[in-house]
Amino acid sequence: MDNAELMRHANDVRKGILTAVHGAKAGHPGGSLSAADLFTYLYFEEMNIDPKNPDKEDRDRFVLSKGHTAPGLYAALAYRGYFPVEDLPTLRHLGSYLQGHPCLQHVPGVDMSSGSLGQGISAAVGMALGARMSGQHFRVYTLLGDGELQEGQVWEAAMFAGHRKLDNLVVIVDNNGLQIDGNIDDVCSPNPIDKKFEAFRFHVIDLKDGNDMQQIRDAFSQAAAVRGKPTAIIAHTLKGKGVSFMEGKAQWHGKAPNDEEYEAAMAELERIGEA
Amino acid sequence: MMSDGKKIATREAYGNALAEFGETQPRLVVLDADLAAATKTGVFQKKFPDRHIDCGIAEANMMGIAAGLSLTGMIPVASTFAMFAAGRAFEQVRNSIGYPHLNVKIGATHAGITVGEDGATHQCNEDIALMRTIPGMTILNPSDAVEARACVKAALEMTGPVYMRFGRAAVPVINDGPDYRFRIGKGQILKEGTDVTIVATGLLVSSALEAAQKLEAEGICAEVINICTIKPLDVDLIVQSARKTKRVVTAEEHSVIGGLGGAVCEALSENEPVPVYRIGIRDVFGESGSASALLKKYRLDADGVLEQVREFVK
Repeated sequence: MDNAELMRHANDVRKGILTAVHGAKAGHPGGSLSAADLFTYLYFEEMNIDPKNPDKEDRDRFVLSKGHTAPGLYAALAYRGYFPVEDLPTLRHLGSYLQGHPCLQHVPGVDMSSGSLGQGISAAVGMALGARMSGQHFRVYTLLGDGELQEGQVWEAAMFAGHRKLDNLVVIVDNNGLQIDGNIDDVCSPNPIDKKFEAFRFHVIDLKDGNDMQQIRDAFSQAAAVRGKPTAIIAHTLKGKGVSFMEGKAQWHGKAPNDEEYEAAMAELERIGEA
Repeated sequence: MMSDGKKIATREAYGNALAEFGETQPRLVVLDADLAAATKTGVFQKKFPDRHIDCGIAEANMMGIAAGLSLTGMIPVASTFAMFAAGRAFEQVRNSIGYPHLNVKIGATHAGITVGEDGATHQCNEDIALMRTIPGMTILNPSDAVEARACVKAALEMTGPVYMRFGRAAVPVINDGPDYRFRIGKGQILKEGTDVTIVATGLLVSSALEAAQKLEAEGICAEVINICTIKPLDVDLIVQSARKTKRVVTAEEHSVIGGLGGAVCEALSENEPVPVYRIGIRDVFGESGSASALLKKYRLDADGVLEQVREFVK
């Protein structure tokens, strides 16, 4: 799939995120939008998956360690054909299968329940280890927030993955620089992120613009060729990317747009889509 | 009932069982957190080095690794001390194993006060209470080496998360009779009685049996029930016995809050309200000492059970 087509899908995913969060009147648009291009690339280009057969054994796996950005994952899954796009506004509603955080048992295409930060990466590492132990050849991807790197468990998992040389594992950090309480460097800085993963024996890829499809493609191509160590892609992204009034603003971490804001955001994405 | 005074630690039976079932179950993977010698999974490690994963001293990550492994079709058994399995990694067990209801087995050794000399930091008297609150978690607390092996076998045969609790100290073998049967969710009446029911679990089962025999001489006829599966609890068996004896004592090497005592009180208060006395660690931290000295001090040995039952039925 060429970049232009992927960008159109990413634009749809962004609309799906806003529709889901608006429908829920709650949720996390900022970090979903920053990672929308990553979700899109993974589900529309990178991973060996089959929406008609979500549980096929040799599929690549994805664990959303930053589980609060479920709207981004759900939008990608819906537009990829795992479940109807029309269901996105039921996010977080009583009785909906679209739980506030990813739920393995209820959402088609979700490979692991997640949401308590720091835990998803461990499960992803376990999957990568399991693939190796059972002689399966699938790859495992996991997306972390940069704020999430403050969780100690992330580094337990990184130490293990580096030690075991799990080269079927790709850890992606959505480095948008913001967390609920503000700038990550003001709250409790996880920087330098690249040096840390290097120290834990990862091959580190600095993805300068994690919202640029060609750069994303280059990063994942490079990751695919790495042997003998796990890969960490540090994706520098813009929180709220695609909706001008949300971009770079920590207050849009966990707040839903009202009707007016929703209309404005959707109109903006329509214009991008037509351009 | 009791055989020739043979004593084996349940952790030892656990390690041996893993090594035994590793032969027939190629998907069995044993995880440890730098305690393979103590948890006795070292026996498995020696036999199946490729299927033993030492995660280092990182229990939270170990539970997540186990979760991930189970999603690739392996059957992971995550092993460490009860304090770290149920305590330190509680939230990982809840969210990464319990919530997605994954096929992960947790082998928690060094549970309870009989950890001994290490003292309070390592004496986990809260793990049953913690694990009981997780929906869908099966909890097994074997009373001896025979039952420990049976627990491992049954846990590996079922699908879903299981918390298995083992002890450090050698305990009498009591289940080596020909009529011993183990089924998850089923308790066993080891001695019939009419005056009081002693519902016991883990190493307190042998204490309760011995106490019941001595009580007989004093004219108190106690019924003794072994509850190995704390969750799901064999409510029917306990209620039927309570209906007969009208008085129930629970006995466990665990806090009186939230463990077997809590579970039995919950079941009886809803089904057959009778007076209950809970033998266990009475809401205090433990301390250093030999296992036998601690059992005596905290009134968990046969004499301690005897005295407390006698006081209760007086």
